[in-house]
Amino acid sequence: MASRYIANTPDEQRRMLGVIGAGSLEDLLVKIPPKARLARPLGLAPALAETDLIRHMTALADRNAHADSHVSFLGAGSYDHYIPSPINHMVLRGEFLTAYTPYQPEASQGTLRTIYEYQTMIAELTGMDVANASIYDGASSLAEAALMAHSVTERREIVLSRAVHPLYKRVTATYGEGPGLRLRDVPAPEGVTDLAAVRQLVGPKTAALVVQTPNFYGCLEDVAAAAELAHAAGALLVVVADPVNLGVLEGPGKLGADIVVGEGQGLGVPVGFGGPYLGVFAAKNELVRRMPGRLVGATVDRDGKRGFVLTLQTREQHIRRAKATSNICTNVALCALMATIYLATLGRRGLVKVGELSTAKAHYAAERLAKVPGVSLRFTAPFFKEFALKLPKAPDRVLPRLARQGFLAGVALKTFDRALADCLLVAVTEKRTKAEIDAFAAALEKAVA
Amino acid sequence: MTTNAYDKLIFELSSPGRVAWSLPDADVPEADARKLLPAQYLRKDAPELPEVSEFDVVRHYSRLSRMNYGLDTHFYPLGSCTMKYNPKLHEDMARLAGFAKAHPLAPEALAQGALQLMHELARDLAEIAGMDAVSLQPAAGAQGELAGVLMIRAYHQSRGEKRTKVLVPDSAHGTNPASTAIAGYEVVEVKSLPNGEVDLDALARTLDTDVAAFMITVPNTLGMFEPRIIEITELCHAKGAQVYMDGANLNAILGITRPGDLGFDVCHFNLHKTFTTPHGGGGPGAGPVGVKAHLEPFLPVPVVTKDGDEYALDWKRPRSIGKLQAFWGNFGMLVRAYTYIRTMGPDGLRSVSDNAILNANYIMKRLEQDYDVAVPGLCMHECVLSARRQKRLGVTATDIAKRLLDLGFYAPSTYFPLIVEEALMIEPTETEAKETLDAFCDAMIQIAREAETNPAVIHDAPVTTAVRRLDQTKAAREPNLKWTRRS
Repeated sequence: MASRYIANTPDEQRRMLGVIGAGSLEDLLVKIPPKARLARPLGLAPALAETDLIRHMTALADRNAHADSHVSFLGAGSYDHYIPSPINHMVLRGEFLTAYTPYQPEASQGTLRTIYEYQTMIAELTGMDVANASIYDGASSLAEAALMAHSVTERREIVLSRAVHPLYKRVTATYGEGPGLRLRDVPAPEGVTDLAAVRQLVGPKTAALVVQTPNFYGCLEDVAAAAELAHAAGALLVVVADPVNLGVLEGPGKLGADIVVGEGQGLGVPVGFGGPYLGVFAAKNELVRRMPGRLVGATVDRDGKRGFVLTLQTREQHIRRAKATSNICTNVALCALMATIYLATLGRRGLVKVGELSTAKAHYAAERLAKVPGVSLRFTAPFFKEFALKLPKAPDRVLPRLARQGFLAGVALKTFDRALADCLLVAVTEKRTKAEIDAFAAALEKAVA
Repeated sequence: MTTNAYDKLIFELSSPGRVAWSLPDADVPEADARKLLPAQYLRKDAPELPEVSEFDVVRHYSRLSRMNYGLDTHFYPLGSCTMKYNPKLHEDMARLAGFAKAHPLAPEALAQGALQLMHELARDLAEIAGMDAVSLQPAAGAQGELAGVLMIRAYHQSRGEKRTKVLVPDSAHGTNPASTAIAGYEVVEVKSLPNGEVDLDALARTLDTDVAAFMITVPNTLGMFEPRIIEITELCHAKGAQVYMDGANLNAILGITRPGDLGFDVCHFNLHKTFTTPHGGGGPGAGPVGVKAHLEPFLPVPVVTKDGDEYALDWKRPRSIGKLQAFWGNFGMLVRAYTYIRTMGPDGLRSVSDNAILNANYIMKRLEQDYDVAVPGLCMHECVLSARRQKRLGVTATDIAKRLLDLGFYAPSTYFPLIVEEALMIEPTETEAKETLDAFCDAMIQIAREAETNPAVIHDAPVTTAVRRLDQTKAAREPNLKWTRRS
C-alpha cells in the first residue's frame, strides 16, 4: 500500500528510472554485494493506520502517571513549572521546528536571532559574561564544564560536593573516563557542602570545584565561600544552578563562579519523562574560546544591516576534528527557543514572581508536612523550593499508598544516598496550591500512621 | 512592513510595566521570599528581562520564524542530514499528557506505558540494524558515538588489552574524530581511495594490535556503499579491533542490509535523520546506540527490562560505562521515532530507502552534464557534486549555495566531505516529490548557466533573504555574543 509520507507513484518511479537508465529499483542496488543483503523482510510489526496508531499510543500514554492525573511533588532535577500557552504554538511553527542548524545564516536569521536572545538572557540570569547556544541537558553541561576546566587548568582532579545531583556526577564520571579525570567527593552531612572539607581537598591538582545551588537536597550553598577556596587553589569554580530560580536567587557569576551550568527544563520545557531538556552553559569572557558548543554572534551584512551568525567556530568539531573543545555538534535549539519565549513572556517581573511563589509554597509545605506526627525536615539549612523530609516509615511503602490517593509524593532518596534511606525529596513549584498541600499533608498523616 | 524590514530583538520591544504572564497571587500565609530566605542568597536587582505583552511575544517570534527557511516551507537538500518530512501526527503523540507530563522519577509501576514504548523501540532499532541490544540514552549522534567508543574501550580493558588508537577515514564527519579523542584515543586518519572507498591496503598496513576500533560511515559520505565492507570488518576483527558504524546514512539501507550482518560491533542511530524527529533549528535530536552481544554488559545505565508484562529500569550493571544524560534519553524524540516505525512497518521502511535512493540518483543524473560528479555511476541516498568547473569561472560552492536561497531552495551541504573539492552534497530524501526534484535541478542548471554568462547575479546573492551575505570575520574578531543597551 502507498505510504502517505512518500510521494512517488509507481508511474513516477518508472519515469525517473528511465531518466537514470535503470530498469528497476533493484538495479540501483548493484553495488551492494549479494551476501551483504538482508534476505527477508525486517521483523517489525505491520504498519498501523493513523486512527489505530493513535488508539495504541493513547493507551500507552494512559498507563503513565503525570502532572494532570496526579498532584506532583516530584523534582530532583525535573520540575513541573508553569508553561505559558504561546510557547507551544510558536515552537510548532514549521519555520522553527523543521529547520536545521543555521549553516546558511541568511536563511536562518530567525533561529540565529532567538539564540542570540537566549544567550543574552542566560548570561543575565547567571551573572556571567557569555552563554553558549545550549548543551543537551544539565548533566552533560556539567560534564562539559569538567572537561573544559581540565583543558584550561591542565589539571585532572574535579572536586564535587556530594550535594551535587548524583546523576550529574555519574555523567561527569563517564565523560571523564577518556581524559582520565579523577572525581573526588566532598561530604555534605548536613545537607550543605562541608567547606572545611573542601579546604582540605582542593589543591594544586584541582581543576575545578563543583557545587550546586540550590543543591540536590534543595539547600542553598555559600557560593562566595566556595569561590574563594577554589580560587585560592588556582582551580575554577563550577556552579550548577537552575535558571528558573534566578529571578530571586543571586546569579552565581556575581558570587565568583567561573562557569555556570544547569538544567534549563524549568524554563518552559515539559518534564517529558526526562528529555529532551536544556543544558545551560555560561562562562567568563576569558574562557570563551575554550567553551564547548555553538555560539551566535552579531555582525553586519553586505549592506551594513545587522545580522547574526554562528561564530568562533574554530573551537568546534567540524573544523578542529580531533582537537575540538568538545564533540558536540547540534545543541538543543528548539528547547532553547522554548526557554527564550518563556523568559520573554515571564520577563523582568514574572520570573521573580515564579521564584517567590515557589519559595513561599515550598516553605508552607515544609512547615505543614513537618507537623505530621513522626515526620520532620531532615536538614536545617536554608532551602529554596525543594527539601528532604524524614519519614517514620520506609518511603517505599508510603509512596504507593499516596499514589493511590492521587499524590506523586516525592523522590525516595534511598537509591541516591543510603544514609537518607528514610527520606523523601519533596519539590513544590508555583503550580501547587495551598489546598493541594493541605490535602497532601492529611494523606501523608494517614499513610505514616 | 515586509518580513525583510523587521529587525527587532525582543529586548528592543520592552516597555516597562507590560506583562505577558498570568500567575495567581500567593495563597499561603507568608509570601515574601525576603522573609523566608537569608539576604545573602538573594538577587539584589530584578533581572534585565524584557517587559512585553503576550501579543508582542507572539508577533515577534512569528516574524522571526519567517526569517528561516524550514523543511515545511522549502526543499532542504542538506547532505548527511536526512531532511525528510516530519509528520504532524508525531507532534500530537509526543504531546499526549501521559508522555509530555510524565516525570522521569515517577515510580516505575506508574510509568509502564513509557517504559514499554522504550523497550519496544530499542527492540525495533536492534532488528533494523541487526544488533543485539540498543541503548536509547544518547542525546544526539555525537553522544551516541562517545557512548559507542567508550563501550569499545571498556570491552578491550575487560580483556586486559590496552589499545590506544582509533582509525577514522579522511571522509568522516567531524564528530567521529572529536568523540574518539574525548574517549581518550589517539585518532589516526586513514586515506580513502579517490572514489571515497576505504583503501584496504592502507587499512591493512595501519591496523595493528594498538588499534581499538575502525569507525566508518556506511554508505560513506560520498553516498556510496562500501562494496568490500564485509572484508573490511573481517580484517579488523582478525586484528582484534572493533568496527563502529556511524549511522548517519542509515536512511539508505533500511530493510536492504543491516550493520550487524555486515560485521559491525556498534552503530548509532540518528533519530532526527532516518526516524523523522524534527531538527528544531539544531536539536534536540536523539542518538541511540546499538551493540552486539559481547558489548551489551557495557551499555549505559539504566537499561529498560521486561519481565512478564512488567517493565523496569535495571541499574545493576557493574560493567556499564555509566550515564550520558541525567535521565533516560530524549524521550520525546523516542515517542516520535516509535510512532514513525509503527506507521511505516517493515515494507514501508524498505520503501523509504528505495525511494531515497531513487530520488538521489535522479538528481545526480539530471545534473551530471552541468556539474562534475564526485563519483560517477550510481549513488545511494545522496550524491556529491563538485563545483570545480564553476570555480574556474569564479563561482564557488558557497556562491551556488547563496544563489539557491534566492531561487527558493535551502542549500546542499557545502565543502563536505573534505576530500572533494568545492563539494556540494545533496540528499533529497524519499519524502520529496518528482516535481520538487525537477524544480531544484532546473535551478541548479540555471546557476551553472549563470556562472558562464552572468556570474554577477550569483555573486550578489542572496538578495531575497532577511539579510544578505554576512561578515563572518567581523563576528569572530569582535565577538558580540549578547545584547546590551548600547548594541
